[in-house]
Amino acid sequence: MTTEADVIARVRTFIQENFLYMRPNFVVGTDDRLLEQGIIDSMGVLDLLNFLEEAFGVRVADDELTEENLGTLRGIGRFVSAKQHAVGAD
Amino acid sequence: MAVIALSGLRVDPATTAAKIVEALRSQLSTTLKRRGFVVGMSGGVDSSVCAALAVRAVGPKHVLGLFMPERESNPASKTLGQQWADELGIQSVTEDIAPILLGAGCYARRNEAIRRVVPEFRDDWGCKLVLPSERLDANLLSVTNLVVQPPGGEMRHVRLPGAEYRQIVAASNFKQRVRAMIAYYHADRLHFAVLGTPNRLEYDQGFFVKGGDGLADVKPIAHLYKSQVYQLAEYLGIPESITSRPPTTDTFSMPQSQEEFYYSLPIPVLDVVLHGKNEGRSAASIARETGMTEEQVDRAMRDIDQKRMTTRYLHLGPQLVEPVPIEIAGAGSPSALEA
Repeated sequence: MTTEADVIARVRTFIQENFLYMRPNFVVGTDDRLLEQGIIDSMGVLDLLNFLEEAFGVRVADDELTEENLGTLRGIGRFVSAKQHAVGAD
Repeated sequence: MAVIALSGLRVDPATTAAKIVEALRSQLSTTLKRRGFVVGMSGGVDSSVCAALAVRAVGPKHVLGLFMPERESNPASKTLGQQWADELGIQSVTEDIAPILLGAGCYARRNEAIRRVVPEFRDDWGCKLVLPSERLDANLLSVTNLVVQPPGGEMRHVRLPGAEYRQIVAASNFKQRVRAMIAYYHADRLHFAVLGTPNRLEYDQGFFVKGGDGLADVKPIAHLYKSQVYQLAEYLGIPESITSRPPTTDTFSMPQSQEEFYYSLPIPVLDVVLHGKNEGRSAASIARETGMTEEQVDRAMRDIDQKRMTTRYLHLGPQLVEPVPIEIAGAGSPSALEA
Protein backbone atom coordinates (compact mmCIF):
# COMPACT_ATOMS: atom_id res chain seq x y z
CA MET A 1 0.00 0.00 0.00
CA THR A 2 1.33 3.42 -0.93
CA THR A 3 0.71 6.68 0.88
CA GLU A 4 -0.63 9.77 -0.87
CA ALA A 5 2.76 11.42 -0.44
CA ASP A 6 4.50 8.43 -2.09
CA VAL A 7 2.08 8.52 -5.03
CA ILE A 8 2.62 12.25 -5.47
CA ALA A 9 6.40 11.87 -5.37
CA ARG A 10 6.48 9.06 -7.93
CA VAL A 11 4.04 10.77 -10.28
CA ARG A 12 5.98 14.02 -9.97
CA THR A 13 9.14 12.15 -10.99
CA PHE A 14 7.32 10.46 -13.89
CA ILE A 15 6.05 13.82 -15.15
CA GLN A 16 9.45 15.49 -14.76
CA GLU A 17 11.20 12.67 -16.63
CA ASN A 18 8.67 12.27 -19.41
CA PHE A 19 7.15 15.69 -20.04
CA LEU A 20 9.57 18.19 -18.53
CA TYR A 21 12.96 16.70 -19.27
CA MET A 22 13.87 19.80 -21.30
CA ARG A 23 12.93 22.05 -18.37
CA PRO A 24 14.90 20.51 -15.49
CA ASN A 25 14.47 23.57 -13.27
CA PHE A 26 10.67 23.49 -13.44
CA VAL A 27 9.19 21.71 -10.45
CA VAL A 28 5.55 20.68 -10.64
CA GLY A 29 3.60 22.05 -7.70
CA THR A 30 1.24 19.74 -5.86
CA ASP A 31 -1.75 21.87 -6.85
CA ASP A 32 -0.57 22.91 -10.34
CA ARG A 33 -3.26 22.19 -12.93
CA LEU A 34 -1.48 19.73 -15.16
CA LEU A 35 -3.59 20.22 -18.30
CA GLU A 36 -4.58 23.85 -18.01
CA GLN A 37 -0.98 24.88 -17.39
CA GLY A 38 0.22 22.84 -20.36
CA ILE A 39 2.39 20.54 -18.23
CA ILE A 40 0.83 17.53 -19.94
CA ASP A 41 -1.48 17.42 -22.94
CA SER A 42 -4.31 15.08 -23.86
CA MET A 43 -1.86 12.53 -25.29
CA GLY A 44 0.17 12.81 -22.12
CA VAL A 45 -2.94 11.84 -20.15
CA LEU A 46 -2.87 8.45 -21.90
CA ASP A 47 0.75 7.92 -20.85
CA LEU A 48 -0.03 9.07 -17.33
CA LEU A 49 -2.91 6.60 -17.10
CA ASN A 50 -0.66 3.77 -18.26
CA PHE A 51 1.86 4.71 -15.62
CA LEU A 52 -0.71 4.88 -12.81
CA GLU A 53 -2.21 1.52 -13.72
CA GLU A 54 1.15 -0.21 -14.03
CA ALA A 55 3.01 1.46 -11.16
CA PHE A 56 0.22 1.29 -8.58
CA GLY A 57 -1.80 -1.71 -9.76
CA VAL A 58 -5.06 0.21 -10.05
CA ARG A 59 -7.61 0.14 -12.86
CA VAL A 60 -9.05 3.55 -13.70
CA ALA A 61 -12.66 3.34 -14.90
CA ASP A 62 -13.96 5.60 -17.68
CA ASP A 63 -16.14 7.62 -15.31
CA GLU A 64 -13.14 8.24 -13.05
CA LEU A 65 -11.22 10.10 -15.78
CA THR A 66 -12.00 13.49 -14.31
CA GLU A 67 -10.12 16.72 -13.64
CA GLU A 68 -10.72 16.17 -9.96
CA ASN A 69 -8.99 12.77 -9.96
CA LEU A 70 -6.23 13.42 -12.49
CA GLY A 71 -5.91 17.18 -12.91
CA THR A 72 -3.33 17.84 -10.17
CA LEU A 73 -0.71 15.85 -8.28
CA ARG A 74 -2.77 16.24 -5.09
CA GLY A 75 -5.86 14.88 -6.86
CA ILE A 76 -3.88 11.95 -8.27
CA GLY A 77 -2.38 11.16 -4.88
CA ARG A 78 -5.78 11.15 -3.20
CA PHE A 79 -7.43 9.18 -6.01
CA VAL A 80 -4.78 6.47 -6.39
CA SER A 81 -4.43 6.03 -2.66
CA ALA A 82 -8.21 5.65 -2.28
CA LYS A 83 -8.30 3.14 -5.12
CA GLN A 84 -5.57 1.07 -3.50
CA HIS A 85 -7.35 1.08 -0.16
CA ALA A 86 -10.57 0.02 -1.87
CA VAL A 87 -8.75 -2.90 -3.55
CA GLY A 88 -7.04 -3.81 -0.28
CA ALA A 89 -10.38 -3.81 1.57
CA ASP A 90 -12.01 -6.17 -0.98
CA MET B 1 -27.23 21.39 -40.24
CA ALA B 2 -29.46 24.22 -39.15
CA VAL B 3 -27.85 27.61 -39.01
CA ILE B 4 -28.14 29.09 -35.55
CA ALA B 5 -30.01 32.36 -35.91
CA LEU B 6 -27.69 34.50 -33.88
CA SER B 7 -27.09 38.00 -35.07
CA GLY B 8 -23.38 37.74 -34.27
CA LEU B 9 -22.96 34.81 -36.62
CA ARG B 10 -25.12 36.19 -39.38
CA VAL B 11 -23.21 37.43 -42.40
CA ASP B 12 -24.27 39.14 -45.57
CA PRO B 13 -23.29 36.29 -47.89
CA ALA B 14 -22.97 38.46 -51.00
CA THR B 15 -20.54 40.84 -49.28
CA THR B 16 -18.65 37.99 -47.63
CA ALA B 17 -18.29 36.12 -50.92
CA ALA B 18 -17.21 39.25 -52.78
CA LYS B 19 -14.52 39.98 -50.18
CA ILE B 20 -13.15 36.43 -50.45
CA VAL B 21 -13.24 36.49 -54.24
CA GLU B 22 -11.31 39.75 -54.28
CA ALA B 23 -8.75 38.37 -51.84
CA LEU B 24 -8.29 35.20 -53.91
CA ARG B 25 -7.71 37.20 -57.08
CA SER B 26 -5.17 39.43 -55.41
CA GLN B 27 -3.39 36.57 -53.63
CA LEU B 28 -3.15 34.52 -56.82
CA SER B 29 -1.93 37.26 -59.13
CA THR B 30 0.13 39.48 -56.84
CA THR B 31 1.43 37.36 -53.98
CA LEU B 32 1.55 33.82 -55.31
CA LYS B 33 1.91 34.54 -59.03
CA ARG B 34 0.13 31.36 -60.07
CA ARG B 35 -2.46 30.71 -62.78
CA GLY B 36 -5.28 29.00 -60.92
CA PHE B 37 -6.35 26.88 -57.96
CA VAL B 38 -6.30 23.18 -57.14
CA VAL B 39 -9.11 22.28 -54.74
CA GLY B 40 -9.36 18.91 -53.03
CA MET B 41 -13.08 18.11 -53.03
CA SER B 42 -14.63 15.85 -50.41
CA GLY B 43 -18.32 16.25 -51.17
CA GLY B 44 -18.63 18.27 -47.96
CA VAL B 45 -19.82 21.82 -47.53
CA ASP B 46 -16.41 23.45 -46.90
CA SER B 47 -14.68 22.23 -50.04
CA SER B 48 -17.83 22.78 -52.11
CA VAL B 49 -18.01 26.41 -50.96
CA CYS B 50 -14.29 26.87 -51.61
CA ALA B 51 -14.54 25.45 -55.14
CA ALA B 52 -17.44 27.78 -55.91
CA LEU B 53 -15.54 30.81 -54.57
CA ALA B 54 -12.48 29.85 -56.60
CA VAL B 55 -14.60 29.66 -59.74
CA ARG B 56 -16.04 33.10 -59.01
CA ALA B 57 -12.53 34.44 -58.49
CA VAL B 58 -10.72 33.06 -61.51
CA GLY B 59 -13.27 31.27 -63.69
CA PRO B 60 -13.85 27.54 -64.18
CA LYS B 61 -10.95 27.03 -66.59
CA HIS B 62 -8.52 28.00 -63.85
CA VAL B 63 -9.83 25.66 -61.18
CA LEU B 64 -9.02 21.96 -60.92
CA GLY B 65 -11.15 19.79 -58.64
CA LEU B 66 -9.37 16.79 -57.14
CA PHE B 67 -10.99 13.67 -55.77
CA MET B 68 -8.66 11.48 -53.77
CA PRO B 69 -10.58 8.50 -52.42
CA GLU B 70 -8.96 5.51 -50.75
CA ARG B 71 -10.38 2.17 -49.80
CA GLU B 72 -12.05 3.41 -46.60
CA SER B 73 -13.65 6.52 -48.12
CA ASN B 74 -17.40 6.88 -48.21
CA PRO B 75 -18.36 6.53 -51.93
CA ALA B 76 -20.95 9.30 -51.48
CA SER B 77 -18.11 11.80 -51.01
CA LYS B 78 -16.94 11.28 -54.58
CA THR B 79 -20.42 11.14 -56.11
CA LEU B 80 -21.60 14.36 -54.47
CA GLY B 81 -18.35 16.19 -55.09
CA GLN B 82 -18.32 15.15 -58.75
CA GLN B 83 -21.87 16.41 -59.27
CA TRP B 84 -20.92 19.79 -57.83
CA ALA B 85 -17.70 19.98 -59.87
CA ASP B 86 -19.70 19.23 -63.02
CA GLU B 87 -22.22 21.92 -62.11
CA LEU B 88 -19.39 24.41 -61.59
CA GLY B 89 -17.99 23.46 -65.00
CA ILE B 90 -14.50 22.76 -63.70
CA GLN B 91 -12.13 20.06 -64.83
CA SER B 92 -11.72 17.33 -62.25
CA VAL B 93 -9.32 14.47 -61.71
CA THR B 94 -9.81 11.38 -59.59
CA GLU B 95 -6.71 9.95 -57.95
CA ASP B 96 -7.15 6.69 -56.09
CA ILE B 97 -4.60 7.07 -53.30
CA ALA B 98 -5.05 3.54 -51.91
CA PRO B 99 -1.97 2.11 -53.73
CA ILE B 100 0.27 4.85 -52.31
CA LEU B 101 -1.19 4.31 -48.84
CA LEU B 102 -0.62 0.57 -49.15
CA GLY B 103 2.96 1.18 -50.25
CA ALA B 104 3.54 3.54 -47.33
CA GLY B 105 2.09 1.00 -44.90
CA CYS B 106 -0.74 3.28 -43.77
CA TYR B 107 -3.26 0.51 -43.13
CA ALA B 108 -0.67 -2.06 -41.98
CA ARG B 109 0.95 0.26 -39.45
CA ARG B 110 -2.42 1.35 -38.07
CA ASN B 111 -3.75 -2.22 -37.84
CA GLU B 112 -0.55 -3.44 -36.21
CA ALA B 113 -1.03 -0.85 -33.44
CA ILE B 114 -4.68 -1.87 -33.06
CA ARG B 115 -3.71 -5.53 -32.76
CA ARG B 116 -1.43 -4.71 -29.85
CA VAL B 117 -4.57 -3.86 -27.85
CA VAL B 118 -7.11 -6.06 -29.70
CA PRO B 119 -5.12 -9.13 -30.87
CA GLU B 120 -8.10 -10.65 -32.72
CA PHE B 121 -8.58 -7.53 -34.89
CA ARG B 122 -8.60 -8.40 -38.59
CA ASP B 123 -8.01 -6.18 -41.60
CA ASP B 124 -11.67 -6.39 -42.66
CA TRP B 125 -12.93 -5.09 -39.30
CA GLY B 126 -14.11 -1.50 -38.95
CA CYS B 127 -12.35 0.90 -36.62
CA LYS B 128 -12.43 4.50 -35.44
CA LEU B 129 -11.29 6.68 -32.55
CA VAL B 130 -13.86 8.35 -30.29
CA LEU B 131 -13.95 10.64 -27.28
CA PRO B 132 -16.44 10.17 -24.42
CA SER B 133 -19.72 11.76 -25.50
CA GLU B 134 -20.77 13.08 -22.09
CA ARG B 135 -17.41 14.60 -21.15
CA LEU B 136 -18.67 18.17 -20.73
CA ASP B 137 -21.45 17.13 -18.37
CA ALA B 138 -19.27 14.89 -16.24
CA ASN B 139 -16.12 17.03 -16.55
CA LEU B 140 -14.33 14.06 -18.07
CA LEU B 141 -10.88 14.36 -19.59
CA SER B 142 -10.54 13.86 -23.33
CA VAL B 143 -9.32 10.29 -23.27
CA THR B 144 -9.67 8.62 -26.64
CA ASN B 145 -11.16 5.18 -27.05
CA LEU B 146 -10.66 2.83 -29.96
CA VAL B 147 -13.85 1.35 -31.40
CA VAL B 148 -13.56 -1.86 -33.42
CA GLN B 149 -16.27 -3.89 -35.09
CA PRO B 150 -16.06 -7.22 -36.91
CA PRO B 151 -18.24 -7.54 -40.04
CA GLY B 152 -21.83 -7.97 -38.81
CA GLY B 153 -20.63 -8.06 -35.20
CA GLU B 154 -20.86 -5.91 -32.12
CA MET B 155 -18.85 -2.72 -31.55
CA ARG B 156 -16.22 -2.86 -28.83
CA HIS B 157 -14.72 0.15 -27.05
CA VAL B 158 -11.14 -0.14 -25.81
CA ARG B 159 -9.05 2.50 -24.07
CA LEU B 160 -5.81 3.13 -25.90
CA PRO B 161 -2.37 3.42 -24.37
CA GLY B 162 -0.44 6.48 -25.56
CA ALA B 163 1.98 4.66 -27.86
CA GLU B 164 -0.81 2.82 -29.72
CA TYR B 165 -2.94 5.97 -29.99
CA ARG B 166 -0.05 7.91 -31.46
CA GLN B 167 0.77 5.17 -33.97
CA ILE B 168 -2.86 4.92 -35.14
CA VAL B 169 -3.03 8.69 -35.62
CA ALA B 170 0.40 8.85 -37.26
CA ALA B 171 -0.51 6.07 -39.72
CA SER B 172 -3.91 7.62 -40.50
CA ASN B 173 -2.21 10.97 -41.18
CA PHE B 174 -0.65 9.38 -44.27
CA LYS B 175 -4.06 9.91 -45.88
CA GLN B 176 -4.03 13.69 -45.51
CA ARG B 177 -0.33 13.94 -46.35
CA VAL B 178 -0.64 11.85 -49.51
CA ARG B 179 -3.56 14.04 -50.58
CA ALA B 180 -1.40 17.14 -50.07
CA MET B 181 1.37 15.54 -52.15
CA ILE B 182 -1.04 14.78 -55.00
CA ALA B 183 -2.55 18.28 -54.81
CA TYR B 184 0.92 19.81 -55.15
CA TYR B 185 1.74 17.48 -58.04
CA HIS B 186 -1.18 18.95 -59.97
CA ALA B 187 -0.43 22.47 -58.75
CA ASP B 188 3.16 22.18 -60.01
CA ARG B 189 2.02 20.63 -63.30
CA LEU B 190 -0.45 23.44 -63.98
CA HIS B 191 1.40 26.27 -62.22
CA PHE B 192 -1.60 26.56 -59.91
CA ALA B 193 -1.82 27.27 -56.16
CA VAL B 194 -3.33 24.82 -53.67
CA LEU B 195 -6.48 26.06 -51.99
CA GLY B 196 -7.01 24.74 -48.45
CA THR B 197 -10.54 24.40 -47.13
CA PRO B 198 -10.50 24.68 -43.32
CA ASN B 199 -13.28 26.61 -41.65
CA ARG B 200 -12.65 28.66 -38.52
CA LEU B 201 -13.36 25.86 -36.05
CA GLU B 202 -10.84 23.59 -37.75
CA TYR B 203 -8.26 26.34 -38.12
CA ASP B 204 -8.62 27.72 -34.59
CA GLN B 205 -8.80 24.35 -32.87
CA GLY B 206 -6.02 22.72 -34.86
CA PHE B 207 -8.20 20.10 -36.48
CA PHE B 208 -5.86 19.42 -39.39
CA VAL B 209 -2.72 17.48 -40.18
CA LYS B 210 0.50 19.41 -40.44
CA GLY B 211 1.87 18.84 -43.93
CA GLY B 212 -1.48 17.31 -44.86
CA ASP B 213 -4.75 19.20 -45.12
CA GLY B 214 -3.01 21.99 -43.21
CA LEU B 215 -0.68 22.55 -46.17
CA ALA B 216 -2.03 25.03 -48.71
CA ASP B 217 -1.26 28.37 -50.34
CA VAL B 218 -4.57 30.05 -49.55
CA LYS B 219 -7.26 29.28 -46.96
CA PRO B 220 -10.18 31.46 -47.99
CA ILE B 221 -12.76 30.38 -45.39
CA ALA B 222 -10.44 30.01 -42.38
CA HIS B 223 -12.01 33.13 -40.85
CA LEU B 224 -15.60 31.85 -41.18
CA TYR B 225 -17.46 29.95 -38.48
CA LYS B 226 -19.17 26.81 -39.70
CA SER B 227 -22.63 28.35 -39.61
CA GLN B 228 -21.30 31.19 -41.76
CA VAL B 229 -19.98 28.65 -44.26
CA TYR B 230 -23.51 27.23 -44.45
CA GLN B 231 -24.87 30.71 -45.14
CA LEU B 232 -22.40 31.06 -48.00
CA ALA B 233 -23.32 27.60 -49.25
CA GLU B 234 -26.95 28.60 -49.48
CA TYR B 235 -26.04 31.82 -51.30
CA LEU B 236 -23.78 29.93 -53.73
CA GLY B 237 -26.48 27.40 -54.55
CA ILE B 238 -24.76 24.34 -53.16
CA PRO B 239 -27.15 21.39 -53.30
CA GLU B 240 -28.92 20.24 -50.19
CA SER B 241 -27.50 16.77 -50.75
CA ILE B 242 -24.16 18.32 -49.73
CA THR B 243 -25.29 20.82 -47.09
CA SER B 244 -27.44 18.28 -45.28
CA ARG B 245 -24.56 15.81 -44.82
CA PRO B 246 -23.22 15.63 -41.28
CA PRO B 247 -19.56 16.76 -41.26
CA THR B 248 -17.38 13.67 -41.01
CA THR B 249 -13.67 12.98 -40.89
CA ASP B 250 -13.87 10.29 -43.62
CA THR B 251 -10.60 9.00 -42.22
CA PHE B 252 -11.50 5.73 -40.52
CA SER B 253 -13.34 2.72 -41.88
CA MET B 254 -16.33 3.24 -39.55
CA PRO B 255 -18.49 6.36 -39.88
CA GLN B 256 -17.15 9.01 -37.54
CA SER B 257 -18.44 12.49 -36.80
CA GLN B 258 -16.03 15.35 -36.15
CA GLU B 259 -17.66 15.76 -32.76
CA GLU B 260 -16.98 12.24 -31.52
CA PHE B 261 -13.39 12.37 -32.75
CA TYR B 262 -12.31 15.86 -31.82
CA TYR B 263 -14.73 18.56 -30.72
CA SER B 264 -16.30 18.74 -27.28
CA LEU B 265 -19.69 19.95 -28.53
CA PRO B 266 -22.01 19.58 -31.50
CA ILE B 267 -20.60 21.88 -34.19
CA PRO B 268 -23.51 24.39 -34.23
CA VAL B 269 -23.14 24.89 -30.47
CA LEU B 270 -19.36 25.04 -30.57
CA ASP B 271 -19.71 27.72 -33.25
CA VAL B 272 -21.67 29.90 -30.81
CA VAL B 273 -19.31 29.22 -27.89
CA LEU B 274 -16.16 29.92 -29.90
CA HIS B 275 -17.68 33.04 -31.43
CA GLY B 276 -18.85 34.24 -28.02
CA LYS B 277 -15.43 33.58 -26.48
CA ASN B 278 -13.69 35.46 -29.30
CA GLU B 279 -16.11 38.35 -28.85
CA GLY B 280 -15.44 38.46 -25.11
CA ARG B 281 -18.95 37.43 -24.10
CA SER B 282 -19.56 36.03 -20.62
CA ALA B 283 -20.25 32.36 -19.99
CA ALA B 284 -23.65 33.37 -18.59
CA SER B 285 -24.72 35.09 -21.79
CA ILE B 286 -23.50 32.20 -23.96
CA ALA B 287 -25.29 29.78 -21.65
CA ARG B 288 -28.56 31.67 -22.14
CA GLU B 289 -28.08 31.58 -25.92
CA THR B 290 -27.28 27.88 -26.16
CA GLY B 291 -29.34 26.36 -23.38
CA MET B 292 -26.16 25.08 -21.73
CA THR B 293 -25.34 25.63 -18.07
CA GLU B 294 -22.69 28.20 -17.19
CA GLU B 295 -20.50 25.41 -15.92
CA GLN B 296 -20.75 23.59 -19.26
CA VAL B 297 -19.82 26.77 -21.12
CA ASP B 298 -16.85 27.28 -18.81
CA ARG B 299 -15.68 23.74 -19.49
CA ALA B 300 -16.15 24.19 -23.23
CA MET B 301 -14.10 27.39 -23.11
CA ARG B 302 -11.35 25.63 -21.19
CA ASP B 303 -11.41 22.86 -23.81
CA ILE B 304 -11.03 25.49 -26.55
CA ASP B 305 -7.98 26.95 -24.79
CA GLN B 306 -6.57 23.49 -24.19
CA LYS B 307 -6.83 22.61 -27.89
CA ARG B 308 -5.31 25.94 -28.90
CA MET B 309 -2.36 25.26 -26.62
CA THR B 310 -1.90 21.64 -27.70
CA THR B 311 -2.12 22.34 -31.42
CA ARG B 312 -0.23 25.62 -31.56
CA TYR B 313 2.76 23.90 -33.08
CA LEU B 314 0.65 22.87 -36.06
CA HIS B 315 0.42 26.53 -37.07
CA LEU B 316 4.11 27.23 -36.65
CA GLY B 317 6.59 27.20 -39.48
CA PRO B 318 10.12 25.90 -38.95
CA GLN B 319 11.81 27.66 -36.07
CA LEU B 320 15.00 29.45 -37.11
CA VAL B 321 17.84 30.46 -34.85
CA GLU B 322 17.70 33.99 -36.25
CA PRO B 323 15.67 35.75 -38.95
CA VAL B 324 16.86 35.15 -42.50
CA PRO B 325 15.77 38.11 -44.64
CA ILE B 326 15.49 37.33 -48.33
CA GLU B 327 15.82 40.40 -50.48
CA ILE B 328 14.73 40.57 -54.09
CA ALA B 329 15.89 43.61 -55.94
CA GLY B 330 12.93 45.84 -56.74
CA ALA B 331 10.48 43.76 -54.72
CA GLY B 332 10.15 46.17 -51.82
CA SER B 333 11.37 45.77 -48.28
CA PRO B 334 12.82 42.42 -47.21
CA SER B 335 10.48 42.19 -44.24
CA ALA B 336 7.61 41.59 -46.63
CA LEU B 337 9.26 38.37 -47.73
CA GLU B 338 10.36 37.00 -44.39
CA ALA B 339 7.09 35.29 -43.61
